[in-house]
Amino acid sequence: MPGTDPLLLDEISLLLVWTAVAIYVLAFIAYAIDLARRSDLAIKAKDEVVARELVTAGGGGVIDASGGASASGGSVTKPRYLWARMGTALIALGFLFHLAATVLRGIAAERVPWSNMYEFALTGVLLVVAVYLVALTRFDLRFLGSLISGLAVVLLGGATLAFHVEVVPLADPLKSVWLVIHVFVASLATALFALAFGLSVMQLLQARRERKLAIAASTDAAPPRRSFLQTLPNADALESLAYRFAIVGFIFWTFTLIAGSIWANDAWGRFWGFDTKEVWTFVIWVLYAGYIHARATRGWRGTRSAWLSIIGFVAVLFNFTIVNVFFKGLHAYSGLTS
Amino acid sequence: MTDSADGVLRPSDHADAAPGSGDDIASPRLGVVGWLRWGWRQLTSMRTALVLLLLLAIAAVPGSLVPQRSADPNGVTQYFTDNPDLAPVLENLSLFDVYTSPWFSAIYILLFISLIGCVLPRTKHHWKALRSEPPRTPARLSRLDDHRTVTVSVPEGQDASEVAASAVDTAAAQLRKSGYRVARYDGRGTFSVSAERGYLRETGNLVFHAALVGVLIAVGVGGGFTYTGQRVLVEGQAFTNSLLDYSSFNPGRFVDSNALAPYSMTLDRFDVTYVPPGQPGSGQAGDFAANVTTLTPGGERQEGQVRVNHPLDVQGDRVYLLGNGYAPTVTIRNAEGVEVFHDSVAFLPQDANMTSLGVIKVADGMPEQLGLIGFFYPTMDTLTSGALTSTYGDLEYPVLTLRVYAGDLGIDDGTPRSVYTLDPTDMTQIAGGDSGTPALTLMPGDTQDLPNGLGSITFENEAPEGATGYAGSVKRFASLSIHRDLAGPWVLAFATLATLGLLAALFVPRRRMWVKATPEGSAIRVEYAGLARGEDPTLAAAVDQVVERHRSSLPAPDDQSRPDTGKVD
Ligand code: HEM
Repeated sequence: MPGTDPLLLDEISLLLVWTAVAIYVLAFIAYAIDLARRSDLAIKAKDEVVARELVTAGGGGVIDASGGASASGGSVTKPRYLWARMGTALIALGFLFHLAATVLRGIAAERVPWSNMYEFALTGVLLVVAVYLVALTRFDLRFLGSLISGLAVVLLGGATLAFHVEVVPLADPLKSVWLVIHVFVASLATALFALAFGLSVMQLLQARRERKLAIAASTDAAPPRRSFLQTLPNADALESLAYRFAIVGFIFWTFTLIAGSIWANDAWGRFWGFDTKEVWTFVIWVLYAGYIHARATRGWRGTRSAWLSIIGFVAVLFNFTIVNVFFKGLHAYSGLTS
Repeated sequence: MTDSADGVLRPSDHADAAPGSGDDIASPRLGVVGWLRWGWRQLTSMRTALVLLLLLAIAAVPGSLVPQRSADPNGVTQYFTDNPDLAPVLENLSLFDVYTSPWFSAIYILLFISLIGCVLPRTKHHWKALRSEPPRTPARLSRLDDHRTVTVSVPEGQDASEVAASAVDTAAAQLRKSGYRVARYDGRGTFSVSAERGYLRETGNLVFHAALVGVLIAVGVGGGFTYTGQRVLVEGQAFTNSLLDYSSFNPGRFVDSNALAPYSMTLDRFDVTYVPPGQPGSGQAGDFAANVTTLTPGGERQEGQVRVNHPLDVQGDRVYLLGNGYAPTVTIRNAEGVEVFHDSVAFLPQDANMTSLGVIKVADGMPEQLGLIGFFYPTMDTLTSGALTSTYGDLEYPVLTLRVYAGDLGIDDGTPRSVYTLDPTDMTQIAGGDSGTPALTLMPGDTQDLPNGLGSITFENEAPEGATGYAGSVKRFASLSIHRDLAGPWVLAFATLATLGLLAALFVPRRRMWVKATPEGSAIRVEYAGLARGEDPTLAAAVDQVVERHRSSLPAPDDQSRPDTGKVD
């Protein structure tokens, strides 16, 4: 944009980023209050429909009345979670500021806003929130709201503090259509993995609770404490939903790997060289392939495969933060001068 | 083993296999064949595949922590200097060559043997399944999770059996239209159609796994036909594509190094732009472009550009731009005024502002051999410490400083020496350092006397006639890398195939559907049921859809029709 000062645009963009972070903090608080109050609301709702007490399914698992409701929501007795609604409204508002900030940064730089560490975080977190919001239209995933908004606050705020750099012209190796495609698809995959991660964490918590309930039902051990978990889908439902996000993420990650190789072949004259970043992209791909396999392996379905999904996402975060900043390699694009 | 009526064959420890069907506990007495068969079954089990995959992920990690010879040979050398005690230990564990190490190879070779052992029987089985009919309709559809029943009264004057038969005909036609393979199973007063779709899911899975083998083979075999060579070209210089003209050359096992594509290439001009001072990113260089002319044996002349991310295709080779820098042109004359050295010498950049380091060797024509170690500063400035530095990458105030050594260069005994380093052990320093004579300092166009009356040295100004300032006063060089890669296209093809297979394997639902009509007096009972083969989150909706479509083609359903679901929500 000739005539506009890129520095000024970037400053406005930064202001919008911090506004978004502040709103994400509020969303986090609202979602956290929601989780804290959910079990009470669920109890009240349950009192109204006593008939829907704990149901023991034929398979021997213990399923909560509300927990048994499919993740797509719409259970008749579903209590109205006011705080969750507030959280969703806030995270959507934060998203708008965040989107504006990202677009403005792109305009200031006159290129796609994902060309250095700060911008990866900006766009990557934007996609995490976007995928969450889109998923909300199909599934009631608001129990992940505090995790998603918390992640957004930490990653976006942290990246802005630690990695923000002025807009400078792109270095030659980054001038490629593959920057646009490869990095964007990688961020999209990350966003899907993030949701799968959240669901897998909930699945583990839920599975632990279900085990305790089963024990309590067969002995006279004390039942587990009330918690928001009783308002969540059961562990199986959480697992299959996590799987659905993870396989879409896996497809995008596969594409990231291939696109990255094509780019590497253009830039460095070899499509694969076990550069640190390539190693980690490969490790993550193999981990998720392992996760998909585990889901189909007897004895690994359930808790063990959930751990693989969690480890996979930890590797994704590690790849983005530690590997980018501290590991030596050809992918020197953090934009930070060490 | 897995139920073969399934249509898909799975290792016995697949989550869908019937519990207890696996051979988790080894049978008591096994002969050699029995043990082999047991071992093979272990190797091709899901659990082994999973463990090997996880091992592969873990085994790949050390290669990102320790420098690798393949990616960063200088890093390895540095590591040996920094950790003299630890490095040999790591060396013994192949930790500097992780991806070609015995243990890494063992993991992926086992994984791929397991994969082939897993995929072959499944392919055979799937091939059969593809040409067999959907299985018989189960006797009691109501046992299935996704099950609906509709009761329809037979219109006055029609035969219940006929209505039932034609209802199933319609269902079969509708199912076939939505991509199901169908088979009729009528008998004992009932009429039914059994339908199956989504064979593509298994096909995709098999294609995916097979394509991974393809990727591995393409990398392994293709690598043997691949070569890379490096060459530094100064503006105006040419090279021919033959082994002799490369500074380094790495051929694959099957490459005939004497039969490279015959062409020659001249570097006409090297372009680069700099962000001017005062702007964000000031001093940053970019838009590197090596403008070259290639000459084919047929005498065809072609101009082209080699840029970062944009290699140049020449006769099946690809030319990449690896680096660039300055190549000061220096002329040295001896005491008699005879020219003993005249060349543009590539100086290697040491920092972002192109402070560059280079070596000049004069082997003949002087009383003793001469070695000069030079620093070139395109825009020279003096630090407060008195040391010189460059503050900008372009030629604003170019200065060349040289330390001079006289003695034996150590190149006459045939030991290969890098052109970028000078070993001064058998030489005396005669200018610069502690020699008592200051280092030589020249700008383009300057001539100075060498110390001890040895002669003179000129830093040639290469700027064209009439140029202003120092623009163009020093030549640039491009460091080019020439590749022939036969693996790449194949790897890409197999990777694309794998991705397509993966898409089908993950997202095409494989399911069975049954519609059964049973006459009951003056009514018929129509049952619908669906069964997922593998992940299928949309099965219930699909059954509903089948019911919906079929019902609209039936006579008005009875009042007491009950679209009950088998599932407890
Ligand atoms: C290089 C190693 C391997 C990789 C990267 C890999 C990756 C994958 C992926 C991504 C899937 C999910 C997509 C699909 O369903 O087709 C899958 C599924 C599957 N793989 Fe592999 N695999 C490997 C080796 C093996 C081996 C050695 C076996 C045999 C033991 C095997 C058996 C299977 C089976 C049976 C499925 C279907 C799972 C299901 O029913 O959902 N794979 N594999």
